Amino acid sequence: MSQANELYQQVILDHNRNPRNYHPMPDATYACQGYNPLCGDNITIFAKADATGQTLEDLSFQGNGCAICKASSSLMTSQLKGKPVSEARELFQEFHAMVKGDLDPETAPNHLGKLKLFQGVKEYSSRIKCATLAWHALMGALDRKETTSTE
Amino acid sequence: MSKSPYLDIKKDFPVLNREFDGKPLVYLDTAATSQKPTVVIDAMDHFYRESYGTVRRGVYRLSEKATQAYESTRHKVAKLINASSDREIIYTRGCTESLNLVAYSYGRSVLKSGDEIILSQIEHHANIVPWQIVREMTGAVIKIIPCNDRGELFLEEYRKLLSPRAKIVAVNHVSNALGTINPIKEIAKLAHEAGAVMVVDGAQSISHMTVDVQDLGADFYAFSSHKMFGPTGAGILYGRYDLLEKMPPFQGGGDMIRQVTFEKTTYQDPPHRFEAGTPSIVEVLGLGVAVDYLQSVGLDKIAGHEHALLEYGTKLLSGIPGVRLIGTAEHKGAILGFELDGVHPHDIGTLLDMDGIAIRAGHHCAQPTMQRFGVPATARASLGPYNTEADLDALAAGIQKIRGMFHH
Repeated sequence: MSQANELYQQVILDHNRNPRNYHPMPDATYACQGYNPLCGDNITIFAKADATGQTLEDLSFQGNGCAICKASSSLMTSQLKGKPVSEARELFQEFHAMVKGDLDPETAPNHLGKLKLFQGVKEYSSRIKCATLAWHALMGALDRKETTSTE
Repeated sequence: MSKSPYLDIKKDFPVLNREFDGKPLVYLDTAATSQKPTVVIDAMDHFYRESYGTVRRGVYRLSEKATQAYESTRHKVAKLINASSDREIIYTRGCTESLNLVAYSYGRSVLKSGDEIILSQIEHHANIVPWQIVREMTGAVIKIIPCNDRGELFLEEYRKLLSPRAKIVAVNHVSNALGTINPIKEIAKLAHEAGAVMVVDGAQSISHMTVDVQDLGADFYAFSSHKMFGPTGAGILYGRYDLLEKMPPFQGGGDMIRQVTFEKTTYQDPPHRFEAGTPSIVEVLGLGVAVDYLQSVGLDKIAGHEHALLEYGTKLLSGIPGVRLIGTAEHKGAILGFELDGVHPHDIGTLLDMDGIAIRAGHHCAQPTMQRFGVPATARASLGPYNTEADLDALAAGIQKIRGMFHH
């Protein structure tokens, strides 16, 4: 199970079982539903910006997805709370590059922190979209789209 | 002592003897595509090395030999499904193309606005989408035969749907997501009484049971080579000759014509009318060898083997807490669709793969079936004649391990 431990680590399994920030947000400033047509998974991301519109005060999510998808949503919303919008966009780029195998978080400078847990995804090309669905939905939300798709 | 219901043919399939990370491959995705026996692989290799040439065009010996081999598959397939003539066997690139051929050529030429196409609730997208496209072109209407919670079609509801407006009934012989074996003979009889033609998607039946198109009353029967131990890139459409004769071409090009001038083109008779362009020559040859292989193993023996395995696997999976089988028809092919409480099918698929077990996870190109059962996706283990009880034991052990990971 050594490989399994790389992808399905305890933290990921825990965030799947007890997802953080798993609730709707009636007063969200941004919301977008992300859909993965390959597997039918969908995740809606809610975000609230502060008065300046520059900082993400709060984030939450709801929807259906696999363990990778739910844990990714849970960890993403946790990590971005209180962060500037610009940092969220930057982190999306780093996360995307990491799961595609274009960025090695052990050697290249990055701000991924806990999100490094998902580096095992790069070995499973069919699962990359599971890990990035929440991120695509967040980017869609920030771009004022109501829905977005991984395809 | 009673005789074992099981075949012992795993050794015929080279890939099934390989390992992943030191673990033997357990292949449980035959409903997606079957593995290939050595005889098929060798025959195709040999043909490329010794005998390859174009068909139905060359006057040289290489081409004449290739043509003989190519046409001999048509005869083998006709015998396999008890077609009344080789002329009823059309080569296509796969089951999907076969169904598109019926929809575009037959459907588009006979359907008028308000005519009805009857499909079932448990079809593969390949037997839904072509009909929707033709519906847009003709103004026809699509009606759906619903199914019960076991995945069996309600024939009473089907009877009510049939009227003189029904022109085409298109149903799969075996559901790829649920395993249901549909009562095609009865469905066809009722279709004919209403004046409709019967189109059968045979993708999941052709290599698992004896198929007799005349006995079934199928007017069209479609299947793929790659699901019957042959290569990808080849498929068959069986069509009743009197229907084929009236049908316009599906695609235009070389070899399907009698004479071409810029003013007017006349077409070949079936089946060549429907075979435009250089075909999948070596794939068709490989399919012929696959048919020989199927018949040497014996379709009745394959059906017996798979039925015994299905019963074994059903019992095994039903005994695991949290497993819910999706598709529990009384008459069922060797397909085990299931859910595991609290675990997404994609996680099941990836985790089983880490133990060398290949299953399918997802909607199986049957989203309406998933909608009927209220799930976005399922995990599916599908069996072939090369599978063993040990394969299913490995599957059950893998599922137990996943339960432990997700629920401890």
